[in-house]
Amino acid sequence: MPDTSSSRPTTRKSTPTATSVRDVTSTSRTGAQVMCEALLRENVSVMFGIPGGCIMPFYHAMWEYRARLRHVLCRHEQGAGHAAEGYARVTGQVGVCIGTSGPGATNLVTPIADAWMDGTPLVAITGQVPSALLGTDAFQETDITSITVPITKHNYLVTDPNDLPRVFREAFHIARTGRPGPVLIDITKDAQLARCVPNWDAPMDLPGYHPASQREHLDQHAIRAAADLLQRASRPVILAGNGVIQSGATRELRALAEQAGIPVISTLHGLGAMPHDHPLALGMPGMHGWVHVNRAIQACDVLLNVGSRFDDRVTGKASTFAPNAKIIHIDIDAAEIGKLVRTDVGIVADCKPALRSIAVAMAQGSNVARQAWMHEIIAMRDEHLPRQGYTRRDRTAPLMPHDVFDAMNTAFRNRSDWRVVTDVGQHQMWAAQLLDWSRPRTHITSGGAGTMGFSLPAAMGAAIADPEKTVWVVVGDGGFQMTNCELATIAQEGLTNLKVAVINNGYLGMVRQWQQLFEGKRYSGTPLTGPDFAKLAEAHGLRGMRVEHADDAGSTIDAAWKHNGCVVIDFRVEREANVFPIVPAGLAIGDMMMSAPTLSAASAGSRTVAPSPSTKV
Amino acid sequence: MAQHTLIALLQDRAGVLHRTVTLLRRRGFNIASLAVGRSEVPGISRMTLVVDATDASQVVMQLDRLVEVIGVTDVTNEKAVQRETALAKIVSSPTRLAELVDIVAEYGARVLDLSEEELIVQITDTPERVEEFIAMIRPEGLAELMRTGRLAMMRGRTPRKLEAPAHYRAQADGAPADEEVAA
Repeated sequence: MPDTSSSRPTTRKSTPTATSVRDVTSTSRTGAQVMCEALLRENVSVMFGIPGGCIMPFYHAMWEYRARLRHVLCRHEQGAGHAAEGYARVTGQVGVCIGTSGPGATNLVTPIADAWMDGTPLVAITGQVPSALLGTDAFQETDITSITVPITKHNYLVTDPNDLPRVFREAFHIARTGRPGPVLIDITKDAQLARCVPNWDAPMDLPGYHPASQREHLDQHAIRAAADLLQRASRPVILAGNGVIQSGATRELRALAEQAGIPVISTLHGLGAMPHDHPLALGMPGMHGWVHVNRAIQACDVLLNVGSRFDDRVTGKASTFAPNAKIIHIDIDAAEIGKLVRTDVGIVADCKPALRSIAVAMAQGSNVARQAWMHEIIAMRDEHLPRQGYTRRDRTAPLMPHDVFDAMNTAFRNRSDWRVVTDVGQHQMWAAQLLDWSRPRTHITSGGAGTMGFSLPAAMGAAIADPEKTVWVVVGDGGFQMTNCELATIAQEGLTNLKVAVINNGYLGMVRQWQQLFEGKRYSGTPLTGPDFAKLAEAHGLRGMRVEHADDAGSTIDAAWKHNGCVVIDFRVEREANVFPIVPAGLAIGDMMMSAPTLSAASAGSRTVAPSPSTKV
Repeated sequence: MAQHTLIALLQDRAGVLHRTVTLLRRRGFNIASLAVGRSEVPGISRMTLVVDATDASQVVMQLDRLVEVIGVTDVTNEKAVQRETALAKIVSSPTRLAELVDIVAEYGARVLDLSEEELIVQITDTPERVEEFIAMIRPEGLAELMRTGRLAMMRGRTPRKLEAPAHYRAQADGAPADEEVAA
């Protein structure tokens, strides 16, 4: 009986199963049916997955619930996992992916690890061999709960269907609360087949789980201390991360910044927390941050980190990060406070109430010192213009990557019906630097894990989550070839609000850039060929386009947007364009390279140490 | 690098020890000793963990992040009693073994087995005294050593975060009645 609210008699006679012959009460269900109903109770409406032997009972039951529980068949479980991530990042709700036992489950490991690093709420459901066969190396048996211990918030192996209502409730609760993250539920085939009378009132049993978002009171002492530090600061900055987006605290962030006249720096995942053209918005810091942003961090006297975890791509050498600053850190995860960077005031809390409380505790208005500080930052920006690494050659020169992003900005301007999902590598940094981010949840990328292949499947989840917005995938030719099998899924689902911009330079570009800058131009393993991506799209029944000149970029983007279907645009860009500035790994974020050093004696073969930055600033 | 002694309260579930050990290994903390067993409340385990760490606050916070870890506290500088038990097998001449029986008795060790060739003794004492005892018997023909790992218990009232959750305690209070029915 699929519908909990229905009193219709069971229709199981017409769909016999292995257990249908058993004498059952009218309220009993198979474990698989309980799984479907548990998902509905968690307001799940879309799932991404691939069936297989040990998850078949769940798919059998799913058919009865298909009107309310949409299943998107992906081409690879990694794609299913990233799609669920994309769905979660757009909606803020828990994404759900499904795989069978063995390789189905291990293929989910990469998206689970990705969700773990980026704090994305995800529930992964995997089938497992029948409990009698556990531990016998049965066909397609893999100990997925052990494998995922270090990359999940928690995981479960369920062998008794009576546990399913509680386990699903706990799993979704854990995935969405505190610092969100992945939870895996591994369910043996016999538990899916066995009948039970589900107890939906079974309480959660999580005595050791106390996520900060549920704490009733903020630490007022710490809030007071933070407000005092900010009040007295003459050169303060705010570093806003993913936590601001996840917490829905962009309004509170902006209010605090404006109230006290404090400039705001956004991490990769914090892009969109402040509109790019806001007078207090500075942009992205770190390895590929603009000069004035990194310099502001190195020169500030108080740094308020709200919802970012001091990733090494942000801090550079952590001991040299913000050397003159008192550091205030708001994080929902207590273990992040002081983990990497010394912290003067730690506030374990959800960003939203914390920012609001600090604002209340602070007096209104900027002060003279802070206005001078802002002028100093603007002077630094004028001295090292953000885009100075991206110079325009003559119009007939090959298409430069930044031409594509300029054209995108033009197309996106005055529209709010778009999101961008980026992959990992040079194009990801160009997009982060050059696109005009203005709204939260419009920039989706793989940050912490740096998972190439993330973008196309994640965009699929994003496109399904919000059909009203067009999702633009920005991806390199390397990353695209890792998961482009999902074009078939996009075609099968008939997704029209998804457009792909392949920044095609025939290299694994970021690695090539490092090889150029730091390893004497030895391009080992980085030159890359690929199919004709436009033809690949056409082969899937989608539209394919190609751009080779800057003049064509804008019109092609417009044409793709107007086309009522998925389009893949192959942007054949200059092969050896680089991302600048770049802070060589392990250095302080003030040590930026602004352009490639002219290596006259760049002897291929001799591994050079990092050259002294040619235009060190 | 200093040694820190931690006490943790855990849900007694399959895999909880795996999670704990995986976390410590992954975060690069060296486990000097680990002792875990059932607590006074069914379904709850208590663990004493000794780690080598300059600063144990990260260990405490990371362990606390585990869903099945109910509470954890660093008792290194607390008033806690700490004990360890060791079994030792000494192989020596019958005359020397006979002498050793008296010597180990001075340390408060118990003789569990004595034969012509070997002596098995048990010592339960503070970690320092156990170390001292082992150093003393090592040159006497120490053939086998088996240690429990450190056990620690805080004096006075149990801090709240190390108390078994109420619904587990309620079940425990009901337990004798169940046993009577079963009997």
